[in-house]
Amino acid sequence: MSNKKNTVFLIVQDNEDARPIIEAVEQDNPDANIQYQPGIVRMERAGSMVVNRETVEEQIGREWDVQELHLVLVSLAGNVDEDDDKFELSWH
Amino acid sequence: MSIEISAKSIQPVRLSYGNLKERFGDKKPASRYQEAVYDVQPTTNFQYRPIWDKDHELYDTSKTAIVMEDWYSFADPRQYYYGTYTIARSKQQDVAEHNFTFVDKRDLFDAVPEEVKQAAREILVPLRHVEWAANMNNCQITDECYGSNFSTVAMFNAMDRLGMAQYVTRLGLLLDGNEETSLDAGKQAWMEAPEWQELRHAIEDMFVLDDWFELMVAQNFVLDGLVFPLLFDRFEKKLTTEGGATIAMLTEFMDDWYKETVRWTNALAKVTAKESEANQELLSEWTNKWTDRLVGALEPVAVKAFGADGVEQLAEVKEDLLARLTKNGITGLKRS
Repeated sequence: MSNKKNTVFLIVQDNEDARPIIEAVEQDNPDANIQYQPGIVRMERAGSMVVNRETVEEQIGREWDVQELHLVLVSLAGNVDEDDDKFELSWH
Repeated sequence: MSIEISAKSIQPVRLSYGNLKERFGDKKPASRYQEAVYDVQPTTNFQYRPIWDKDHELYDTSKTAIVMEDWYSFADPRQYYYGTYTIARSKQQDVAEHNFTFVDKRDLFDAVPEEVKQAAREILVPLRHVEWAANMNNCQITDECYGSNFSTVAMFNAMDRLGMAQYVTRLGLLLDGNEETSLDAGKQAWMEAPEWQELRHAIEDMFVLDDWFELMVAQNFVLDGLVFPLLFDRFEKKLTTEGGATIAMLTEFMDDWYKETVRWTNALAKVTAKESEANQELLSEWTNKWTDRLVGALEPVAVKAFGADGVEQLAEVKEDLLARLTKNGITGLKRS
């Protein structure tokens, strides 16, 4: 965990629906710190973190709406920049 | 007094089945697709060789000239197993069903010009026989292929084709107020009209191909790669400009289906061509052979559908198909 001040995080439930999202984060954010805790998965990264629609779709094998993320979302830290193709966290 | 709530994490003893652990390691849980599809087909201890085919085991890698080190290196990018497949199709079926009811209830065909209806009768209705043939061919692939990744993809494809034949049939019935006239005329055209005969000949030759992978290339790569863009996309757009948007509404499924199918045919081409030089050569040989044959066979149909523009339209569709296959690793194709 680098500079605590600019760390963003995304916490999702640890279930089948969240798994493609976690894998996409792992792929697109190389130095993200992913911790499996009871029932939830906490993903942290310094500076920014992005969930790309395309990467999740590759994992899941079907079309995926970025808003489906909210179905498994538990908590997050950072300013959200969300559009049709990605969900991005960073500190402004 | 303070209560301390502590969460206890229980680690599963194993994350998946042994066969998947061997393939993908034990680091993360396997996907439902992997659990449902991988290694389902038996590979050893077959009892007797079938009397109708003494040279092969029941499941035998030598039924095709294509050689793969691991027959499970191809994975369906749609990750279809029974559950995901039926859920996806049932949603699409709901939409299609709604469209058919809508067209019927509002008598939308009354507003379609007679020439457009006639064009649909002559070009689209006979395609139910093409779809039925595609069902036969994909059943054949399911039967002969090696590895359950292939058999699932081919069987789902076969079922889709039967469904599409039914949609075309219903379109034909709706055109004539539930009379069988255009279906009968379509059958007759398929059996006798000169513009369909070369295609029928080619398809009947596909029925008796020995090598299932060649059949895969001929049917799912080449024939579909020509028929769907040409007739369900370009021809229907032409009909729409002439006042036949109703028809496009009823064949919406075919358009979506083709876009979806391209994803796995691309993946299959890529994996197979990458495996070895020999595979890549076989793929391009078969693609060239069947592109030549089927473009020739479709030419009279294209001319009937588009008039003088037909040859040009078909050439464009062919160029698109070959460009796509080349991009996915099948090199050495004869481009014009």
